[in-house]
Amino acid sequence: MGKFSRLGHELSTGHKSYDFIGRRPFWYSLSGGIVLAALLVVIFNGFNFGVEFTGGTEIQVSGLSSTDAGQGTADTLREKVAATGIEAAAQPEVATAGSNGVTITVKELTESEQAKVTDVIESVVTIDNPKDQLTVSSIGASWGQQVARRALIGVGVFLVIVMLFIGMYFREWKMSIAALCALIHDVLITMGIYSLSGFSVTPAAVTGLLAILGFSLYDTVVVFDKVRENTHDLRASKTTYAKAANLAVNQTLVRSINTGIVALIPIGAILAVSMIQLGASTLKDLALAQFVGMAVGVFSSVWVAPRILVHLKSNESEVVLAERRAKAKAKANVDPYANVPSFAEDMPLGEGAELGVPTDAEQGPARARGPVVRDSRAAGRPQPSREPRSKRTK
Amino acid sequence: MANKKPRPGRTLTAFFLALVVAYGLVALGGKWKPELGLDLQGGTRITLIASGHPSTENLDEARGIIDQRVNGSGVTEASVTRQGSNLIVVEIPGKSRQDLVDTVARQAQMRFRLVACQDTCASSAAGAGAAGGATAGTGATGGGTGIAGQRAGLGFDHKKPAATKKAQTPAASPTPVSGDTAAPSDAASPTTSGEPDAKGDISVDDAVKFMGNPPADQVAKFDAFTCPTGSTAPVVVDNPSAPLITCDAQGHKYLLSPAIIEGTELSGASAQVPQNSVQWAVSLSFHSAGRSAFADATDAVHQNGGLFAIVLDGQVISAATAEGRINGDAQITGNFTQDEAQSLATSLKYGSLPIAFDKNGTSSEVIGPTLAGNQLNAGLLAGGLGILLVMVYCLFYYRGLGIVVISSLVFAAGWTYAMVLLLSKTAGFTLTLPGIAGLIIAVGITADSFIIFFERIRDEMREGRSMRVAVETGWVRAKRTRIGASFVSLFSAAILYIFATGVVKGFGFALGLSTVIDLAVLFWFTKPLVSWFARFHFFNGGGKLSGLSPETLGIDAPVAAGGKA
Repeated sequence: MGKFSRLGHELSTGHKSYDFIGRRPFWYSLSGGIVLAALLVVIFNGFNFGVEFTGGTEIQVSGLSSTDAGQGTADTLREKVAATGIEAAAQPEVATAGSNGVTITVKELTESEQAKVTDVIESVVTIDNPKDQLTVSSIGASWGQQVARRALIGVGVFLVIVMLFIGMYFREWKMSIAALCALIHDVLITMGIYSLSGFSVTPAAVTGLLAILGFSLYDTVVVFDKVRENTHDLRASKTTYAKAANLAVNQTLVRSINTGIVALIPIGAILAVSMIQLGASTLKDLALAQFVGMAVGVFSSVWVAPRILVHLKSNESEVVLAERRAKAKAKANVDPYANVPSFAEDMPLGEGAELGVPTDAEQGPARARGPVVRDSRAAGRPQPSREPRSKRTK
Repeated sequence: MANKKPRPGRTLTAFFLALVVAYGLVALGGKWKPELGLDLQGGTRITLIASGHPSTENLDEARGIIDQRVNGSGVTEASVTRQGSNLIVVEIPGKSRQDLVDTVARQAQMRFRLVACQDTCASSAAGAGAAGGATAGTGATGGGTGIAGQRAGLGFDHKKPAATKKAQTPAASPTPVSGDTAAPSDAASPTTSGEPDAKGDISVDDAVKFMGNPPADQVAKFDAFTCPTGSTAPVVVDNPSAPLITCDAQGHKYLLSPAIIEGTELSGASAQVPQNSVQWAVSLSFHSAGRSAFADATDAVHQNGGLFAIVLDGQVISAATAEGRINGDAQITGNFTQDEAQSLATSLKYGSLPIAFDKNGTSSEVIGPTLAGNQLNAGLLAGGLGILLVMVYCLFYYRGLGIVVISSLVFAAGWTYAMVLLLSKTAGFTLTLPGIAGLIIAVGITADSFIIFFERIRDEMREGRSMRVAVETGWVRAKRTRIGASFVSLFSAAILYIFATGVVKGFGFALGLSTVIDLAVLFWFTKPLVSWFARFHFFNGGGKLSGLSPETLGIDAPVAAGGKA
């Protein structure tokens, strides 16, 4: 663990730094490609919607003997019906009803499939009089269009509010846009992988997806908070926006990795246990959506959102200026002795020679090598307001 | 910030006490296991059969309204489905929720009408004060006007089957004193109230005219009408633009004017015990149009000395006088129990159903869980395993500080469990499998708050500060980050709660709950605990196990000595 911590130290001081900002074309096309692929998968592969969305068939079995009507029968029926191989009955909902009945809910069945399911039922429980004891009815979707519309409105309102909040919190609407891009990236990839998995879309899966909205933005906000801290005074820190942002991402990298691990462990455990131990289950649906979404969310908060942010910011005059300053500084630093002045006749002598004279700071900000005006943290004691003599030009 | 000297001990003690109080409340509730949802525990299934042949749209609309009624507070996670062409199936967690049948099936078409005749078509003055089942009172001004005095025996148990009828004494429902059965002005023939306006209700003036002077044909019908015995509701067609002859639960018959206020004018309904009263009542508030109509009506009733009646689904649930113009909320009093008042308020709040249900066809039965029993165990097993792994990882990575993480997680879990218990007692909160998964998932976000904090402390210590200083300076920044990020989480939880239905609503609630608990634990437990730990040499001395040794920090210099000051 020492090594990882040391890495953390080096990342935080900037001794070691990974580039999370640059190489835009490569990373954009990678992320964009994945998102596009996910979108294509969603469009062409589609989703396997559960009975809550499509409606379906409900078979009520009544008049069972008390030994047949217990929870054990319901569990057996659930397994047996799922094992018929009928696609519509792959994820049946089976519940006891009253003291002598069982209800089985599956998706819309054809006549022959229905007969097959009925056979399975009759093989599990004793039914004397199928005509009276088996009632088949069609049911509507409990998650119909109304619910979907409400959910969509909700998502829209959520996005607007959060964008406004982020914009106000950081006083930087470009951060809202970058966070939104990362969010879309996360949600689309999650949807794509879900579609590929072929799991049926249940309310639990939708819940998982909606929770991703919050988590993705949450994670991005944590990283952006550091970005803002590092970049709020580019002049004092004498660096470019891109470098400061990259430093911020590196500094929060240890935290991102730790959070990723800690958040994914419990969900991974749920996913693993539910896939190994249980067949089709709502638990599995939720866990898959959450697992993928959180993993992608952590990834995008490091690789996607800061890069987009820096890209968006790269045209701002302040940022361009800082870039130019840094470039000039780098140039100046090539030969540190290039600027050492030789003695000239009118050069002021002695330390007190220029007290009270306006400093360079008041003469305009656009000089390539700025004056020494920085937050000195020196408790208000008088500080030298001029550059040291060796740095002074004529 | 000129901070006060941190007093971690105090905060920690207060936090402990608060948790003890929370569990004390749980103990008062007397339930130590949370209510499980439909998928895990099963519940009650209510099957409603629509009368007539309603359209699919109407059924769907009814489904939506019923969904709101049973999921009103949003944490019950009931399921409402349309089945076939005329069935609506409601599934509610909990084995014995037959009490909800009324709330669910009530059509809740409420109308305000003026009373032209009561029992007999005498002059309307005779009825005044006779059976004041309802009182209208403004919340502020006229709140107490005679509510207690006017309570009549207008019970609300008429909806129940006769078998469950309570022994209820119709306390003050005197038959009209005036014995004259002669209708005062049958001859007068103006059929005043025939013209409904766009909304179907008529102007108050027309209704007042009708009240003072009911048309002869209506009076004749009224005389011929007899109320059914017992408390069963009369079968009447409640057409808002026509006069209505119907009864109340005690078998008094009424001749009522066309509706002056429709239930659609209601903006809210709530069950409460009004001031100066011990009886439960349902308080109604109106939209602006309804408010002015109600004010006009009470004014008219006050001046003409009549009664106005509140008609629910074709039955008079109360008839009352007004003691002046009332610019405010109306109240329905009666012999409501708390449950009855809440049931009625819930039905009214979400609007009336576009269809009526066949009362005899309504059935309810107990259903079992839809998920196999092994799912809950698997979920809990996985969750426990996951949390254990998280703890091991934190101990491994943060060493001594891992103790802080673990105890914070334990406290967060303790709070969550207490809140879940309290909410399932008070708000009908039920835990479904997705809900449990949501709470387990929140572990990651909770742990993140410690990670942010600890990484800040480490950063500060790398810059050469001692632990005691680093904790305070690191906290200032970590707090800011944490609050910003938590707000995003809270927004998403709130939106899930407001806009979603069913399972998602409960999940949003669980997410919001865990976020708030996380913040509370971070501020009032984790931070003080770390501040306190920073006083001990074990942590601030840079020992190997403290998690803050020079080696783990990755610096070469020894950590700045803190020592016990």
